[in-house]
Amino acid sequence: MPIKLKEYLEAIQGQSLTPAISCEGVELVGAYVSDMLSDVMGSGKEGLAWITIMKHLNVIAVASMTGIPVIVFAKGNVPEAAVIEKAIEEEICLVTSPLTTFELAGILYKLLGL
Amino acid sequence: MAEYWNIDPARQSLVDEFFAQKPEPEVSLDFNIPEKDFNNAGKGSAEVKNLLKRLGIDPEILRRIAVASYEAEINVAAHSVGGKMISNIYDDLIHIRFEDHGPGIADIEQAMIPGFSTADDLVREMGFGAGLGLPNIKKNSDMLHIDSERGKNTVLELIVFFS
Repeated sequence: MPIKLKEYLEAIQGQSLTPAISCEGVELVGAYVSDMLSDVMGSGKEGLAWITIMKHLNVIAVASMTGIPVIVFAKGNVPEAAVIEKAIEEEICLVTSPLTTFELAGILYKLLGL
Repeated sequence: MAEYWNIDPARQSLVDEFFAQKPEPEVSLDFNIPEKDFNNAGKGSAEVKNLLKRLGIDPEILRRIAVASYEAEINVAAHSVGGKMISNIYDDLIHIRFEDHGPGIADIEQAMIPGFSTADDLVREMGFGAGLGLPNIKKNSDMLHIDSERGKNTVLELIVFFS
């Protein structure tokens, strides 16, 4: 059963960095955890949250190319304003959370009942 | 020049027909790819993706085209002194040709091995250079052709069919 991003945000002390686009209703069926962009290019797809600490502009391009709807920045990482603007333009939801990638993946796994 | 071909056997005759006829594209888009300019590398692929989306291409096929094209564009920016991307769109397929100005690939078969990379530190810091670019292009295209040699330039072309 997919869950709504809103529910995940509440569970991870997540904060939306892209309030300009409507993100709360985005449905997630899983996540992909990686900081290698080409690895994500090979495995990212619609319905997945991408959990990472990478936060430069190319991250947005990778999400856009693969169809990833949500990027979750772990350990309180926040990208620069230009990156957030690009994400809004590409309609990709950005979220920051103080939790680690391990915790972020584990919580989603549990919420999805996997 | 050393050559590498990978063609989906089910598409072989259509690919042969394409190269024999060299048809005129419906739409053609050109983009320059400057060396190590990772803020702009990817713009060509983004434009192509947006155009194909407007044309109503199936989302999964669109994803394959976007991934293959973006990886190839990043390769030109990361490994060459610069080049260009020419995207030709037809009724039933897209043909994208990437041409750079060198320095060429020493061993294409080796470059195709997942995990093999010659990327420098800058490229790796960007999160690229995992040695997955060419394998990702191969996986997401119906035809991949690479023509290269150390000390020369590289031409990479790919085809993805729309159905």
